[in-house]
Amino acid sequence: MIIDILIAGFVAVGGLFGFVGSFGLLKLNDPMSRMHAPTKATTLGVGGVLIGSMLHAWAYEGHISAHELLITLFLLVTAPVTANFLAKVFINQQTKPDDLPGPSACSLWATHDKPEHHRTSEQPTDT
Amino acid sequence: MKLLNRFLPHPLLTLMLTVIWLLLVNRFSLNSLVFGFFLGLLIPVITQPYWPNRPKLKKPLKLISYTLLVFWDIIVANVTVARIVLFMPNSKRRPAWVEIPLDIRTPEAIAMLGGTITMTPGTLTADISAQGRSLLVHCLHAPDTDEIRDEIKTRYEARLKEIFG
Repeated sequence: MIIDILIAGFVAVGGLFGFVGSFGLLKLNDPMSRMHAPTKATTLGVGGVLIGSMLHAWAYEGHISAHELLITLFLLVTAPVTANFLAKVFINQQTKPDDLPGPSACSLWATHDKPEHHRTSEQPTDT
Repeated sequence: MKLLNRFLPHPLLTLMLTVIWLLLVNRFSLNSLVFGFFLGLLIPVITQPYWPNRPKLKKPLKLISYTLLVFWDIIVANVTVARIVLFMPNSKRRPAWVEIPLDIRTPEAIAMLGGTITMTPGTLTADISAQGRSLLVHCLHAPDTDEIRDEIKTRYEARLKEIFG
């Protein structure tokens, strides 16, 4: 009985944060802010459902299930890469170097540091 | 010692692969332990030429406390961000770009810092400077950008610096 309530609680918390994630996708008003919403859904949203699933396997199927831990691990490894790629696309298409706070140590961020820029700066005088 | 180095180039990677194999099988048995260990021995030896400058972890045990800290921060920050998304009108929200100058130079450590920043909600790693000296981070709501920069530097980067040395 108590374990049922616990499982339901974890799944409900997961669902709630999943909802907040998708609601944020609708409500926030600029592209970079919108990207924050999916990272929320993958962390606590999926985490809550997975903990519920592990508890269920332990209480009803009588074995400890470890696949959920692996899902968490793979999500933690892959989600930042996706977010980073989306951010790079945004920076590439919708910002100019002047829009961002410049890196203090050098002149450009990696996405703006394009090869054609180098080519023109290295060979300013061409026939 | 040289022989051991040759067959066990990265003991931590071997351990990790064995554990992941056991988790994939999802049921502990001697059979899968041996096979997992076999894979753990084989894969690092085969992939060694493709990854010549593997970082040596100075304090691998600190990774455990670092992971726990990040998990705790994810939970706390999730609640904060949920409150911002649900209750704060867009006109009051202050999204901002923050630049984080880096003290760490190991690519693996920088990748881990970037991943940590993205996974703790409210901040998102967007780019790295061309020379790899600073990270560009986007904040969902940042009334004080200096505070966020200092927090990331003291809370995460200092610990990663200790781990990777």
